[in-house]
Amino acid sequence: MLYIPGNNPAMLLQGGVYGADGLLLDLEDAVALNQKDAARILVRNLIKTNNFYGCEVTVRLNHLDTPFGMADLEEIVPLQPDAIRYPKTESVEDLKRLISIVEEIEKKHNIENPKMTIHAMIETAMGVQNVFEIAAYSKRVDCITIGGQDLTADMNVVKTKEGRELDFARNRIVMAAKANKIDVIDTVYADVDDDEGLRQETEMIKGLGYSGKAVINPRQIGVIHDVYNPTEEEIRKAVRIIKEFKKNKEAGIGVFAIDGKMIDAPVVARAQYVLEVADIEL
Amino acid sequence: MKNILGFDVPDFIEGFGEVEHFTGSWNKLKNSIDEQIIAPPVKNTLAHTSKMRDSLEAAIDACNPHDGMTVTFHHHLREGDYIVEKVMFYLASKGIKDITLASSSLTGAHDCLVPLIKDGTIGQIFSSGIRGELGKAVSNGVMKKPVVIHSHGGRARAIKTGRINIDLAIIAASAADCEGNCTGSYGPSAFGSIGYAMIDVEYAKKTIVVSDNIIEYPCIPASIRQHYIDHVVKVDSIGDPSKIATGTTRITKSPMDLRIAEMAADAIEHSGVYKEGYSFQVGAGGASLAVAKFMRDKMKKQDIKGSFMIGGVTSYCVDMLEEGLFGAIFDVQSFDAAVSTSVYGNRNHIEISSDQYASPYNCGCMTNKLDIVVLGALEVDVDFNVNVITGADGVVRGASGGHSDTAAGAKLTVVVCPSFRGRLPMIKQKVQNVVTPGDTVDLIVTERGICVNPNSPNLSQKLKEAGLKVVDINDLKKEVDGITGIPVEPEHTEQIVGVIEYRDGTIMDVIRGVKTK
Amino acid sequence: MEVKNSAQAGTFESSDILVMIEPVDKGSGITIDLSSSVYMHYADSIKTTITRVLNSFEIKDVKIIAKDKGALDAIIEARVETALKRALGIQQGTL
Repeated sequence: MLYIPGNNPAMLLQGGVYGADGLLLDLEDAVALNQKDAARILVRNLIKTNNFYGCEVTVRLNHLDTPFGMADLEEIVPLQPDAIRYPKTESVEDLKRLISIVEEIEKKHNIENPKMTIHAMIETAMGVQNVFEIAAYSKRVDCITIGGQDLTADMNVVKTKEGRELDFARNRIVMAAKANKIDVIDTVYADVDDDEGLRQETEMIKGLGYSGKAVINPRQIGVIHDVYNPTEEEIRKAVRIIKEFKKNKEAGIGVFAIDGKMIDAPVVARAQYVLEVADIEL
Repeated sequence: MKNILGFDVPDFIEGFGEVEHFTGSWNKLKNSIDEQIIAPPVKNTLAHTSKMRDSLEAAIDACNPHDGMTVTFHHHLREGDYIVEKVMFYLASKGIKDITLASSSLTGAHDCLVPLIKDGTIGQIFSSGIRGELGKAVSNGVMKKPVVIHSHGGRARAIKTGRINIDLAIIAASAADCEGNCTGSYGPSAFGSIGYAMIDVEYAKKTIVVSDNIIEYPCIPASIRQHYIDHVVKVDSIGDPSKIATGTTRITKSPMDLRIAEMAADAIEHSGVYKEGYSFQVGAGGASLAVAKFMRDKMKKQDIKGSFMIGGVTSYCVDMLEEGLFGAIFDVQSFDAAVSTSVYGNRNHIEISSDQYASPYNCGCMTNKLDIVVLGALEVDVDFNVNVITGADGVVRGASGGHSDTAAGAKLTVVVCPSFRGRLPMIKQKVQNVVTPGDTVDLIVTERGICVNPNSPNLSQKLKEAGLKVVDINDLKKEVDGITGIPVEPEHTEQIVGVIEYRDGTIMDVIRGVKTK
Repeated sequence: MEVKNSAQAGTFESSDILVMIEPVDKGSGITIDLSSSVYMHYADSIKTTITRVLNSFEIKDVKIIAKDKGALDAIIEARVETALKRALGIQQGTL
């Protein structure tokens, strides 16, 4: 998911062409406090008119405790982007308040069956503590994300390249997402010139179970796709497993072996997922 | 009449003459050439006489300057060049009129020439490119005779046939000896290959080597040899080294250029032309050079080695040579200081003339052996024609360069171009001026999709199978026009201010004047 | 509505437009002082877009100074709307 500063016309305009899966149009930290109105109107106009080429469009709002959050919701909710991302979600009370206002605005605009979902951003120690309840609170929350910069600030530690300080938060947040079967997106990698560091961190969070990663520069998208896209070897294996599985299933066999390795339901599910990501149908 | 590409070119052009019309990229060359070729001049010198002259002025005086003469230069000093200005202003001070200026190209360093056109010193210009104030002046109709825009290969052809009949060739060198052996590969003003000048010295009636670095005889290696040189002059400076060639050329950080480059590289990978032993050329501009970066990654990952690279060479190409990704570089023009070092020190980095590089009139130029070329564009059209000479305002501000030469020769010609620039759509119904004909272009790659020339259906199939975003160029044009809105086109005058020659000498298009406020 | 204060919105960045609004005497009408990197190609179109936003706010008298760097209509509209709301003192949720 590519972050795009909400007051930058050129980047908003071109956001859809970089091959990102999703775009995060940012009204929060990327916008100066005296340009919040300008960014809000600009983002509104471009959501209405611009072609984002099928990228999932998410708008990051300002928190309702700021003077900007309410105005953001009033302008953005009627547009029903794919999602809104709510910063510094700390508790179910935060979500309760947000969702009631969202629903009110939707009612006012006669929006039935709203498609817009909510991404809860966990970026405080308290948010990490409450993440299981947050992830479980509402069907509208279909993704949780970790915000590394704010979280380390809240913990009063330095955000390092190795990211040890985020270990606990990353692990806890991913588990909360998995327990509720929702998506979970990792924080940005700040050094846009360090492709190798980005690759290592992406491999690490992919290994933890994260569904994706936020980026601040289009140049980082290629590396992340590279890590997440299954390799040819993985695809070959998956194809073989699914073919064997289908053959065995017809014969009424559930568990079988390939090259001496046991293939059971979880392995088959994993292989199916690989083919899905690779966009292959058998 | 309307030519085969649909561009309106008269049969006779005032100040130019009869027009031989363009009839197709390879049409004329399919048959054997029966054009008159001029013989190189016969010259002689006596033993142990000196070629050293006291000053540039004295050297010019010794070359019989006269009204209507043709003077040539090479543009390896780019924006830093001092020599064209010095020579032309001296000729003007002597009252010489109606000079044909035939530089291999002209750059922003040549804005100073405008007054010399106005006072009649310069009567005619042949060049690959014209830019800046000079371009504006030309577009505003300052010249009585239209300028002739040629490709690098076309220039070599024109010199051989005598179309450009050189009275005086000026060669600027960064190192030279007293006999005129000279090079651009080292010295304080080093600029790398001196390839464009090599053809001039063979055919010019008189030649002068100008250098700020006269070294002890013999100058080794000598890119241009003494037996072609009449006079040698030491000057304080041939140009501003900071504008000639500095440091290394860096890959763009523009996300848009990188995106386009990445898509182009993916297209190349699946084109079927990219394979072990392939040859490659990229331009030095933002997106096209960035394609080299992505190809370098692919070649390393897939363990593919190329045969050779040609062209305008950047340090990025040199890096790929040194890493063993390619076996050789053929260099007609170098773009940064790091390349000069390689020209000087690496035997697999070979300096070539524009004749060997791209001329259609010899036994086989390098571009004919090229597999893949990546080129830029100022605008393209739905017939895949490419304009690299006139800007959106209709003003001359570009260069033909090796664009049409390489496009004609390469098996796969890839043009990289954003779909719009600063709101202006880059895909036109018809380009304002055509430099490279559409039938020599295979792919136009924009950030919004890859357009495949309909005459390559197999290529289109391959790219689609690889999952790349192939779009019909007419659909893309519509989409982009929808984003930008249709711009008002510049208003042209009736005056023909430029003639665009194809590499084979036929005339492809004319440039009309523009009304400026 | 009547413009009583000066205000501006937008930047000099590429694809953006800087819109400055100045109050004028009642009855002086709308004047648009436009400079643009694509003046030759889009001057009329940009002025039409600016006027459209002014009309939607029922502004009759105002001076607009616009410095354009190739902004698309949706962007021009956003910048004019922002500047107008600021000039009218009806902007929301900002410092």
